[in-house]
Amino acid sequence: MTNLITLPILIPLIAATMFVFWRKRLSAIRVGTQIITIVNLAVTAYIMSVVLRDGSIILETGGWIAPYGIILVGDTLSISLLLATNVIAVAAAFYAPYSLDEGREKHYFYTFFLILIAGVSGAFLTGDIFNLFVFFEVLLMASYGMIVLGGTRQQLRESIKYVLLNLFSSMLFVTTVSFLYSVTGTVNMAQLSERVGQVNQEGILTTIGILFFVVFATKGALFPLYFWMPHAYAKPPAVISALFGALLTKVGIYSILRVFTLIFNGNVDYTHSFFIILAGFTLIFGVIGAMSTNNIKLIIAYNIIPAIGFMILGIGVFTEGSLAGSVYYLLHDMVIKGALFLLVGAIAIVAGTSDLRKISGLIKTYPLLGWLFFLATLTLAGLPPFSGFIGKLLLLKGAFENGHYVVAAIGLITSLLILVSVMRIFINGFWGESMTLPKERRSIKPLYLPISFLLVFSVILGVGAEWFLPHIQQIGVDLMDPSIYVDAVLKE
Amino acid sequence: MEIIMAILAGILFSAGVYLLLQRQLLKIIFGTALISHGAHLLILTMGKLNRGAPPILEKGIKAYADPLPQALILTSIVISFGVTSFLLVLAYRAYKTNKTDNMEQLRGSDHD
Repeated sequence: MTNLITLPILIPLIAATMFVFWRKRLSAIRVGTQIITIVNLAVTAYIMSVVLRDGSIILETGGWIAPYGIILVGDTLSISLLLATNVIAVAAAFYAPYSLDEGREKHYFYTFFLILIAGVSGAFLTGDIFNLFVFFEVLLMASYGMIVLGGTRQQLRESIKYVLLNLFSSMLFVTTVSFLYSVTGTVNMAQLSERVGQVNQEGILTTIGILFFVVFATKGALFPLYFWMPHAYAKPPAVISALFGALLTKVGIYSILRVFTLIFNGNVDYTHSFFIILAGFTLIFGVIGAMSTNNIKLIIAYNIIPAIGFMILGIGVFTEGSLAGSVYYLLHDMVIKGALFLLVGAIAIVAGTSDLRKISGLIKTYPLLGWLFFLATLTLAGLPPFSGFIGKLLLLKGAFENGHYVVAAIGLITSLLILVSVMRIFINGFWGESMTLPKERRSIKPLYLPISFLLVFSVILGVGAEWFLPHIQQIGVDLMDPSIYVDAVLKE
Repeated sequence: MEIIMAILAGILFSAGVYLLLQRQLLKIIFGTALISHGAHLLILTMGKLNRGAPPILEKGIKAYADPLPQALILTSIVISFGVTSFLLVLAYRAYKTNKTDNMEQLRGSDHD
C-alpha cells in the first residue's frame, strides 16, 4: 500500500516519456494529457483519503530503512499541496489546446508540462534534503524548456536571466547541503531534525539555515531576490505563466515551511524575526510593482510577491494558528493565481494585446469573462466569504496576538492595494467605451471551463472552510511539533 | 589536504562569480561552469578526504571512503552538465534572435 505514494510522480513521468514518441499525433496527446491529469487527480484524492484515515504514508525506496535510503513522506501537508497541484494541472491540460499555437504544442509542450507536474509532486513528497534538490532540478529543467518554448525575442531575453539565476541558486543549494552534511553527517530530514535539535542549533547551523533560506527565497521570489520573477513569468503564453505562478514559487515556500519548522527551529528569535521583517518588505515592494505597470500579465505576476509575503509572515510568527494560516493561504494562492493567469490570458486573446491602456469595454461582448474576473478579484483580495479571507484572518490574527502590529498593519494595507491593482484591470478593461476588437480572434468559449473549474475550487475552499479548517489547523499543530514527523519516519 | 581543497573551491567560486558579472554571455556560462566545479569539489571535501578501500562492507576493512558525498556529486555533475549544455544552446539561439550577446543590450520594456 505504501507504494501508492510513488504514483503521483510516476504517472506523469511515464506519460511524458511516452508522449515524446508520439509527436506527430497531436490530438491523441491532447486527450491523453487530459486523461492523465484527471487520473492523477483521482489518485491523489484517494491518497489523501488514505492519509486522513491512517496517518502519514512513509515509503522507504528500495527497502533501505529510514535514515539510510531515500524516503518519500506523504503527510497531510504534502498531500494537500499535491492535491492543489493536480487541480491546477487538470485546468491547464484543458486550457492549453485552445490557447497555444500548434507549433508550441508540437514542440513537446505536454511533455514539459507533465515532467513539471512530476517534479513538483516529487519536491512535495521527498523526505530527504538532497532529493529535494534533485526534484527542484527536475521541475526547473521542465520550466527551462517551457519558458523558451516558441523562442520569441522577449522570451529568450528573459529566459537567460531566469536560467542563470536558478542555476546559481541551485549551486548554492548543493554547497549548503554539503555544509549541512559535514556538520550533521546526514541528509535525511527527520534525522537532521533530531540531530540539530540535540545540539540546540549552534551558530554554524543557523548560518546554514540562513543559506538555505537564501536559496529558497530566490526560488520563491522573496523581497530582495524577486527581481527576476515578474518578467520571466509574464512573457511566455498564459497557460505556462499559470503553471509557473501557481506552482514554482510555491515549491520554494513549501521548502522554507518544511525546513524551518522541522530542522532549523532552535533559534527562532533570530531566524523567524528576520522572516517577519522580510515579509513586510516583500508585501510592500510586490504591491508597488503591481501598481506600477500597465501590462495585465505583469500585474498578476507582481501579485505573486505580496502573496509570498503573507506566507512568510505566517512562518515568521511561528504559532500553530499562523502556520495553519500560511498553509491555507498557500493552497488558496496556488488555485487563485492559476485562475487569474488563465483569465488574463483569455483577456489577452480577445483583445489581441496585454497593454491595459488599449483594452476597454469588454463587458458588453464578453460578460461571462468579466464576471469570472470580478469573482477572482474578490477572492484574491480576500473578501469574505472567499478563500483568501480565511487564510488572511488566521495570519493577521496570529500576527496581532504576538505583537507584530506593524507587519499586520502593512498586511491589511497591502490587501487593499492588491484589490486596487487588480480592480484596475476590471475598471479599465471591462468598463468604458467598447474597443474595436481584432477581427481574427480565437473563440474563448472552451477556456471558460478550466477557469470556472479553478474558481469553483477557490470558492469551495472559502465557503466550505468548515470542512477544511480542522485538517489545516491539524497541519499547523503537526508543524509546530517536529517530533510527530520524526517519529513517523524513523519509527521510534 | 582538506584545507587546500577548500581554498581551491574558494578560488573556483570567486573566479566563477567574477565571470558571472561580465557582460558577454559566453563568459557568464563559463562562470556557471566554474561555480558548479567549485560546489562539487566542496562536496567531496565535506565527506573527509582519506585513503581507503571502496565503501563495500567486508570483514577486516576499517578505512573506507564515505559513499554519500560521491553519490551526491555524481547526481550534481549530471545535472550541471545538462543545464550547461542547455544554457549553451539557449545562448546561441538568443544571440541569433536578438543579434547581440551583450547583457547590457538584452534589456527591454514592459510592452514589447
